[in-house]
Amino acid sequence: MKILVAVKRVVDYNVKVRVKADKTGVELANIKMSMNPFDEIAVEEAVRLKEAGKATEIVAVSMGPQAAQETLRTALAMGADRAVLVQTDVDLQPLAVAKLFKAVVDKEQPQLVILGKQAIDDDSSQTGQMLAALLGWSQATFASKVVIENDSCTVTREVDGGLETITLKMPSIVTTDLRLNEPRYASLPNIMKAKKKPLDTMTPDALGVDVAPRLITLKVEEPPKRQGGVKVQDVPALIDKLRNEAKVIP
Amino acid sequence: MTNLVIADHDNAGIKAATLAAITAAQKIGGDIHVLVAGHNCAGAAAAAAKIGGVTKVRVADAATYAHALAEPLAALIVGMAGDYSHILSAATTSGKNVLPRVAALLDVAQLSDISEVVSADTFVRPIYAGNALATVQSKDAKKVITVRTSTFDKAPADGGSAATEPVAAATDPGLSTFVSAALSKSERPELTSAKIVVSGGRGMGSGENFKIIEALADKLGAAVGASRAAVDAGFVPNDYQVGQTGKIVAPELYVAVGISGAIQHLAGMKDSKVIVAINKDGEAPIFSVADYGLVGDLFQVVPELTKSL
Repeated sequence: MKILVAVKRVVDYNVKVRVKADKTGVELANIKMSMNPFDEIAVEEAVRLKEAGKATEIVAVSMGPQAAQETLRTALAMGADRAVLVQTDVDLQPLAVAKLFKAVVDKEQPQLVILGKQAIDDDSSQTGQMLAALLGWSQATFASKVVIENDSCTVTREVDGGLETITLKMPSIVTTDLRLNEPRYASLPNIMKAKKKPLDTMTPDALGVDVAPRLITLKVEEPPKRQGGVKVQDVPALIDKLRNEAKVIP
Repeated sequence: MTNLVIADHDNAGIKAATLAAITAAQKIGGDIHVLVAGHNCAGAAAAAAKIGGVTKVRVADAATYAHALAEPLAALIVGMAGDYSHILSAATTSGKNVLPRVAALLDVAQLSDISEVVSADTFVRPIYAGNALATVQSKDAKKVITVRTSTFDKAPADGGSAATEPVAAATDPGLSTFVSAALSKSERPELTSAKIVVSGGRGMGSGENFKIIEALADKLGAAVGASRAAVDAGFVPNDYQVGQTGKIVAPELYVAVGISGAIQHLAGMKDSKVIVAINKDGEAPIFSVADYGLVGDLFQVVPELTKSL
């Protein structure tokens, strides 16, 4: 079984972004970029499925600028066998990414595609579900456990009230939630080896996909700042404030 | 313009999150229809008809829809989409699961997790864990939208008298089957609609220690939440998680216990009316957003607080 795994280059988890003065977006110059954390979980899951003998090949796929090659190299160092970059400087929205991804799936014919449940930059949480729709495949979002047997995939999902388990007819789309696994760090030898693994580059044009944005960003602003309040000395002082000043407890 | 709001329900009643989505639809304008797709869901349909502002309830009652599986539900909604300018759902795990599938089948972009309606085609949505607010305009003929429930008031659950109309089930693609659900059983209010939330973080040290959070929550009639760090550490299940990648809450009172205040956590609770932080580290970032901070050992402070209330 071949697995495709999606990786996105995003602003690092620990960076607090700043809105540009002209309100056209957020400041991305000279900022640390990393693999989207949920995509690390996706790569890890694919590698574990290969280690368990369930998968034979893992292809890491990214859409975006040339620099996304670095993110793909990280996926290769974690254990992906080869990588595909659909290279474009257009600001890709989830529907466009899903269409590009479908074109890659049509070429690669995997049985399973694993994606992160959301990217921590645009927080959209759409691409996996959209890809499943375009392919007419089954989907399991927010996965905390994935079990592959023969032609079916049983997934435990994180839902609002707890957990839900469903069985999918494969081929399938799975999106990862945070308890699915703990991603490994790439070892130095594996980082070196990853440099020699194949990385193919293609363009949206070559795949015949229109990636023009459907949503126009009119402006990007800072949210209203919340002011810190006061420190209280002890529990009686806290209760007094909550009862008599904030009036949030009886 | 006519809006279709996809109801979150348990077949017997409508979830509070849907009431917020209905308010967002009211701000867009036009008629508001609610889709109740379920199995033996007459109770939920009757509840939907009573919601203030709803003009029609459309009911798809079939075994296929018993568990809100994405593939058949999306097929149903797409079949109905011709009647609607806007298709909305609360940004719950159910709404987030199915609506992007609908959007892609309709070949339109989705607007995720909107926090404000500017006009019928323009919306505000938080990005980068709420550290920026983007105002976006959709060029698509139909808008598919998930709604951040913490930023919209809930439509009144009573007062309406909408007509109810059955909808025929769509063909089930038969791609997935429901196996089981393990839902947290709790007498406490639901996290996203609770008036008070008490959350614990890494500072709790263990799942066992969450008992003191639960005792305080029960005294206050509050829901229990947690930071991602506490979920990562295995102290509590993921459905407790408040933050960018968990639930977004905005209660009257939010009590953060042993939570340092990473931006990803703040993203999920900074719109709370009153925030209390209890942490032994007086320099923790949580204090910069807290209305009332108490620097101290949570294992002494929290039980004392519970006892004194």
